[in-house]
Amino acid sequence: MHDFDYERPVSLVEALSLMARHNGHARPLAGGTDLIDQMRLGRHQPGALIDVKRIAELNVLAADADGLHVGAAVPCCRIVEQPLVNQQYTALVDSCRIIGGIQIQSRASVGGNLCNSGPAADSTPSLIALQGVCVIAGPAGTRRVPVERFCTGPGQNVLQPGELLVEICFPPRPPHSGSHYRRLIPRNEMDIAVVGVGAAVELDESGRTIRAARIGLGAVAPTPLWAEEAGALLAGQPADDVQFARAAEAARKIVSPITDMRGTREYRIHVTGVLVQRVLRAAVARARGEAFTYLPGH
Amino acid sequence: MAKKRVVSATINGEVVEFLCEPRQTLLEVLRDTLDMTGTKEGCSNGNCGACTVLLDGRPVVSCLVLAMEADGSEIRTIEGVARGSHLDEVQQAFLEGAALQCGICTPGFIMQTEALLQANPNPTEEEIRFYLAGNLCRCTGYDKIVRAVQAAAQKRLATT
Ligand SMILES: Cc1cc2nc3c(=O)[nH]c(=O)nc-3n(C[C@H](O)[C@H](O)[C@H](O)COP(=O)(O)OP(=O)(O)OC[C@H]3O[C@@H](n4cnc5c(N)ncnc54)[C@H](O)[C@@H]3O)c2cc1C
Ligand code: FES
Ligand code: FES
Repeated sequence: MHDFDYERPVSLVEALSLMARHNGHARPLAGGTDLIDQMRLGRHQPGALIDVKRIAELNVLAADADGLHVGAAVPCCRIVEQPLVNQQYTALVDSCRIIGGIQIQSRASVGGNLCNSGPAADSTPSLIALQGVCVIAGPAGTRRVPVERFCTGPGQNVLQPGELLVEICFPPRPPHSGSHYRRLIPRNEMDIAVVGVGAAVELDESGRTIRAARIGLGAVAPTPLWAEEAGALLAGQPADDVQFARAAEAARKIVSPITDMRGTREYRIHVTGVLVQRVLRAAVARARGEAFTYLPGH
Repeated sequence: MAKKRVVSATINGEVVEFLCEPRQTLLEVLRDTLDMTGTKEGCSNGNCGACTVLLDGRPVVSCLVLAMEADGSEIRTIEGVARGSHLDEVQQAFLEGAALQCGICTPGFIMQTEALLQANPNPTEEEIRFYLAGNLCRCTGYDKIVRAVQAAAQKRLATT
C-alpha cells in the first residue's frame, strides 16, 4: 500500500477538524472492508485515514422518540444482535446478516456500505424501505439527506470534502408493519447481488389492507433506487398477489440494469419483478405477526 | 514518510509492543514483525479467511485490519490455541478427522471454529457451514472440516 497517515479521533469535533486540516486528502475509515482493499489496488490513495470507530456519535445504536439511530460506524455484528432492530427493523437485520461472511460482519458498517456507494450494496435498499435519513456533519454544520438521494452514481455520493456521515436515522415503525430484504446470488452466501430488494409495509388493523409501502432496489441501476410508484400504488389496496404483481410491474419499469457476468439486463429486469413479489409477501407476513425467518440460500 | 508508531496489544494473553507504519496490516505485522507465521495469507482481500484471528473476541480477517487499529486490543491467534503441548479439541478433531490436506486454510478455519463454538456450543451442520462461509479451502471439499467441527463441539460438550 502507498504511504499515508493514520488518525484515531475520539470526538466528532476532532474528526471534522482533522478532515479539514487534511484539506480533501483524508478519507474516513470505518471497518475498512471496502477501503483497505481499494487502497491496496491503488484505486484510492488518501494522504490520511481518519479512523471513525472511536467516535461516540458514530457508535450509537439506540431508539428514542424520533425513532432508531444507527451510528455510521456500527458494525453489522452489533446490528443483528440489537433486540429492537430484530423486532421492528427486520429488513436491516436481513441485510446485515448477508454482507460478506461472519468475519466481514465483525467489521463492516452500514455507514461504510452506504458511503462506498456501490450499486449492489446490500443494506441500502433496506435503508430506503425503512425511510432512513442520513445525518451528515461538515465544516458548515449538519444536514439531513434521505438515503434514496445519497448515492449519485457508482462509488459517488452527495458527501462534500470534509463531511462525515454521522448516523442514519429511521422513523418509529407503525403498528402492523413488517419489512424484509433479500437478494439473488448464484451461491448460497459470500457473493455480490444480481438483484437485491428491500420492502417495508404497513397494514390496517384487519391485516388485510395495505396502508403504505416503500420498496428499495439494488444492483439494477447506477445507484440503489427508491421504487416510489411501485410502493405508492399499493396504498389502500388488499395485501394480495394481484397487487404484489402490479407493484412488481411498476418496479420493473424503472430499472436500468447492465449485463455482466452475474446476469444479463433482461434477466435482472425479470428477477426484479420476482423478488419484489417475494419480498412483499414476506414483509406482509411479518406485519401480520406470522413467523418468517429468512435463511439466505433458501 | 508517515511516522512509525508504537502499538501495544495483548496477543494470546501477553502484552506485546511493536513499531509499525500506518500502511501495514495486522497480518503483515503478525507474520513479518512478530514472526507469528501461523496466521496465513491467502488472498489479501478479505475473501479467503486464511488470515482469521480473533480481535477483542470477534473473528476478523487480519488482512483488512491496519496494525494501528489494533492498538489497545486483545488478539488471539492460532499460536494461542494449544494449551502448552496439548492441542485443544478443535485442533485435535481436525487432525483426527483429516480435515486438512495442504493446511494453508487450517489456522483460519480453526480460529473461526473457536469463535463459532464460543457463540454456539452445539451448532447444526447448516449453522456450521454458514459460520464458516468466509473460509475457503481448495483441498478438502469441506465435508471433513464440517465433521471435525461437529466432533470438536461434541467433545467439548461432553467435558464441560
Ligand atoms: C469478502 C467480502 C465480502 C463482501 N460482501 C459484501 C456483500 O455481500 N454485500 C455488500 O453490500 N458488501 C459486501 N462487501 C463490501 C463491504 O464489506 C461493505 O460495503 C461494508 O459495509 C463496508 O463497510 P466498512 O465499514 O468496512 O467501510 P470502509 O471500507 O471503512 O469504508 C467504505 C467507504 O466509505 C467511506 N466511509 C466510511 N465511513 C464513513 C463515514 N462515517 N463518513 C463518510 N465516509 C465514510 C470510506 O472512506 C470508504 O470510501 C464485502 C467485502 C468483502 C471484503
Ligand atoms: S488473506 Fe485475509 S482473507 Fe484471504
Ligand atoms: S487444506 Fe488446502 S486449502 Fe484447505
